[in-house]
Parts: sequence; C-alpha cells; structure tokens
Amino acid sequence: MRDLYHFVSGPLVWVAFAVFFFGCLYRLIRMLALVNQKEKFIFSYMSLKYSLRSILHWSVPFATENMRRHPVMTLVTFAFHFCLIVTPLFLLAHVILWDEAWHFSWGHLPEGLTDMMTLVVIFGCLFFLVRRLKLPEVQFVTSTSDYIILGIVAAPFITGFLAYHQWFNYPFFMTLHILSGEIMLITIPFTRLVHMVFAPFTRAYMGSEFGGVRHARDW
Amino acid sequence: MVEAATQKTQALDEGIEKGVAQLTPDRIAAVVNRVLKTETGARLKTYVETCIHCGLCSEACHYYLSHDNDPLYSPVGKVKTTLWEILKHKGSIDPKAMKKIALTAYTECNLCKRCAMYCPFGIDIAYLMLVVRRICHLLGVTPQYIQDTAHSHAATFNQMWVKDDEWIDTLQWQEEEAQAEIPTLRIPLEKEGADIMYSVIGPEPKFQAQLIYQAAVIMNTAGVNWTMPATPGWDNSDMAMFTGDNEIMGRLKRAHFETAARLRVKKIVMGECGHAFRSVYDVGNRWLGWKMPPIPIIHAIEFYYDLLKEKRVRINKKFSEAVTLHDPCNVSRGGGLHDKARYVTSALCDHFVEMHPNREHNYCCCAGGGVINCGPPYKKVRVDGNRIKAEQLFAAKSRGATILLAPCHNCHSGLEDINHHYGLGFKIKFIGDILYEVMEKPE
Repeated sequence: MRDLYHFVSGPLVWVAFAVFFFGCLYRLIRMLALVNQKEKFIFSYMSLKYSLRSILHWSVPFATENMRRHPVMTLVTFAFHFCLIVTPLFLLAHVILWDEAWHFSWGHLPEGLTDMMTLVVIFGCLFFLVRRLKLPEVQFVTSTSDYIILGIVAAPFITGFLAYHQWFNYPFFMTLHILSGEIMLITIPFTRLVHMVFAPFTRAYMGSEFGGVRHARDW
Repeated sequence: MVEAATQKTQALDEGIEKGVAQLTPDRIAAVVNRVLKTETGARLKTYVETCIHCGLCSEACHYYLSHDNDPLYSPVGKVKTTLWEILKHKGSIDPKAMKKIALTAYTECNLCKRCAMYCPFGIDIAYLMLVVRRICHLLGVTPQYIQDTAHSHAATFNQMWVKDDEWIDTLQWQEEEAQAEIPTLRIPLEKEGADIMYSVIGPEPKFQAQLIYQAAVIMNTAGVNWTMPATPGWDNSDMAMFTGDNEIMGRLKRAHFETAARLRVKKIVMGECGHAFRSVYDVGNRWLGWKMPPIPIIHAIEFYYDLLKEKRVRINKKFSEAVTLHDPCNVSRGGGLHDKARYVTSALCDHFVEMHPNREHNYCCCAGGGVINCGPPYKKVRVDGNRIKAEQLFAAKSRGATILLAPCHNCHSGLEDINHHYGLGFKIKFIGDILYEVMEKPE
C-alpha cells in the first residue's frame, strides 16, 4: 500500500501531467496540421468576431434555444463543468501540495465550499448516468465507453470526497483518489473527454460559418 | 438497448436495389477507405471524436419530433446507424446493411442543419450525412429518381432534360404571353453587359413557365437591365450536390458562373429556390475553389427587398388575405434572408401571421436535401416524417393564416404534400406570386 502510494504520488504524477499536457497539445497540433493538409479552406472562413460570438452564447447559461428547452440539463451541466474545473484548482489541500512542492501558491476556496462543489460534480455524474439509462434518445447512442468515461470523471471526486472526510479506509481512498485523478488526466487527450480541447474549435468554426457565410445565428 | 419504436418503411427502389446487388463487402471497404483517406480530414475526425453522445441534437430534427421522439430518427441516432457503423467496421459493411445506410442518408435527413444549432459543440451533422451520401454515390447506391435527375444534369446541364431549343422556345413563348399584358415587355436573351443575369431551376421552363412570365413582368416594370442566357448554364439547380456526385456539381456550377461571366453581368439574380441558392452560394462555389461566389448571387427575396426599398416597384393595393411565412432552410439558416423576407411580406400583405418556431429555427419542409427528388417511393417517409410541420402550420392557421408563403421550390412541393395529407387547407404561394398580383404595372 505504502509503495503504491509513493508510486502514485511520485512518478505517476509526473507521467499523468506530462501525458495530459503533451497529449492535449499533440491532439491540438495534429488537428490543425490535418486541417492545413486537407481542408485548408477552413482557415479562410474562421472569423474571430463570429467565433467569439458563438462561444460566448454557448458559454452563458440559457443563452441558446436548446438550453432553454432543457433547463434542468442546462443548470446541471453548467454547474458540473464549472465545479469539475474549478474545484481541483482551488481546493485548499491541492494548493498546499503545490506550495509544499514548489513554494508556489495561489488563492483557495473555503473548504466547505469545495466540499459542496465536489458533491455537485458527483451529482452531475449521477444525473448524466440516469440520463444515459433513462432517456431513449441518449441510451440509443450510448456505448460501454460512455459509461467508462463517466466513471473516469466521477472517480476522483468520489474518492476525494471520502478521503477528505476520512471515512472508511483513509489511506486506501487517498491512494485511489490520486490514482483516479491521474487516470482522468491521462485519458482526457485520448478519449471523447478530448471535447475539452476540441469544443472551442468546433464551436468557433460553426460560429464563423453561421456568422460570416450564412448571416444567421447558431444558437 | 432501447428498441426503436417504429419499423421503418422499406421502399422498393430500383436504384438502391440494383446498386446494392452489385456490392461486395470488399468493394464497400475499398470505397469507404478511399473516401476517408482522400476526401475527409480534420472535420470528420474531430466531429466524431468530440461528440459526447448527449442526444441534445434530437429535438432539432423534424423526423424525430414527428415520429414521437423515436431515437432512430434523432440526428445523432442517424449518425450512429450510418457513419458510426461504417467507421466501426472500417468499411467492411454487408451490402444489405449498406442499403439501410443509404436509405437513412438519402431519405431521412434533409441536410437542413437545424441540428447544428442545437449541438452544444456545433457539430455539422449534415456534413457527416453528406460524407455518407458521397460513399453511397461512389458505390452506385442512389435512389433511382434523384439519380435520373443527376443524369439529366450530366447530360443536359439542367435538371429536367430540357433541350437547348426548348429552353429558348419557352422563354420566347412566355415573352409573347406577357406581351399581351405589357406590349413592350421583353425577355432579353444573351444581352452582353446587362446588369443582371436571371437564373431559374429546370422545373420552371418544364412545368412552371408562369413563374418566368411573372419574373419578366417584375423585371420590366422595375426597369431592370437584365438578361437570360440562351445556352446551357441557365439552370442554377443541382441535385448532384445531394446525390454525392461532387464532380458533376462542379461542372454545373462552373457552367453557370462561366455563363454569367460570358454575359459580363454584374450579378446573378435567382428565382425563389433554396437548394439552388445553397449550391451557388455555399457548396458548389467552394468545390470550385471560390470562397464566396465569383459573381454576387442575389436570391429573389433579396431582389424583391431591394426593389421595394428603392421604390422601383410600387404597390397598388396590398394583398388582403392573412399570410404566414415559411423560412426555407437554405436561404434562412443558409443565407440569413429571413428578415428581408419579413420586410417584403409586410410590404406586400396587410395581414402577416408568424408561425412558430420561425427564422433560423423554422422546421424544414422535409422535401429539401434532395429527399423529394428521391421520388414517389419516399413520399410517405416525407409526409409521415413531418407531422410536426403540419402541427406548426395548423397553429398558424388557427391564428387566421390562410395563405402559406414559401420562397423555395422544394419547400413548395414538400409543403403541398403536407398540406394535402394533413388536410390543412392552405393556399401555398411564392412571394413573387403576390408581388406580381399587387404591384403597379405599366398600362
């Protein structure tokens, strides 16, 4: 157990962050290279104004027709994605780790708040799971990999929550928390979680096409 | 897994049947891999890998809504049963499965792009469907009727097998007809250096010649310096774009633009057609390497708008019956002409009733994307697949509308079928019909 802990909290951290950063960079560069190689015309249609117009509309809750049609989904998905990114970055325990390792620190959120935010992420995953199981139009296009991806995202938050409260077997869940966080980072560039990287680009392209060529709204 | 609620109708279509009979899994794989390797790139790859399978595009699709939310008809559901299957098996698809894929791609998606406005990532699902159609075309699995139309394009450069002399003859016939109303009226043929080349789709000379008559009256009344070509290249329509025959599409559009260039016109004004607008403004020009059309393209809506704004035509007495307006996908979502269409409608009509949803969010007519051109075997697919349109129109009717304006040929034909099947009782008109009726004409 102790060896595993040292491994996941030592070398594997380096591996995970390296794979995450370089993996995302690789995917991004590969996509742009592919555009350059085979669909160069896309660059000529890209418009900063219409890209931002589209991204902005889709980044504000209820700013699009489809978000208004699904108010619960909209609330959950915005809360989920916000907490998913912000919680690990501003969690006190994480900030302290950075400070201890690199003497480099930034602000943190109150622990009670990040605890709630963790629950929001876990609840969000549950919501998405129920959606996948219960809504016919979602279930029809769901494959095993979708459940695995959901599990990968949920795991660091569930184990983190248990570890923070030191419920059950603390060392076990702490180790599992670190490991599952690393698994998530490693899988982001190579699964559909890569939408984290690609979404702004697909959005920008559609926004540019709708704004610049079609003179229509895309929201 | 969820079972689909409905069994899809299997139409007997020789084009599909005979095409499929000639297929082997190896040939399918060879074509699929050729298309994936040489014709697709970052768009396809990124779209497929970004889609998180959330199903939020579903409610964008009129087929899905009209089939009681059957997931088989949701945009992503259709991508799953076509493109994902092809990609999953790396093209090693059974010919029978290919038949289902072709039917879905050609007859259960109008390429209307409404789903692109509902996908949180802006994934262009119509593009994905066009990739599938491209594969089907290269495999020779295309519905018979639309393939015949594509053949007509290839052989005659127009959609309806109109012969070169019949075209000229039809224009002169309409000129003579209209001279009974306005003796000085001309339909100038081959007038080099005119301001405007007026272009229409093949069906106009074939069986809707009165539309050419009306356009001539509008042009003459407004004092427009215009011309129509007497050579192939006059037809702006393009079913090859929808069968996946990009090469023929390119030849057609080149002929069209070169005809306008030969006549040294300043711009091309086109009749009330949606898919032709898509072909000359969005798809065909790009295939030829033009970022935007090499000669400005003015859709009839915009042309009427300019005439009214500049007071080049005057209104005698506004149209009195209550009208509602159907925004065609290709000129609204595809060209942003919805507000100009409203300006024109309000200028011509006393009483305008909005249908909901409208503008970019309007429901498709279910005829576009070449679906109506796939012919009678699929009429039921179209009409059953657009019950939601009937409901939308009925709501407009209940608020008083009796006339349905549809500034697009495909929409017209598709809406006629919806109107008839669901007993809505609308009279369907082009905006030009109304303009012709209410404008001041020279004595």
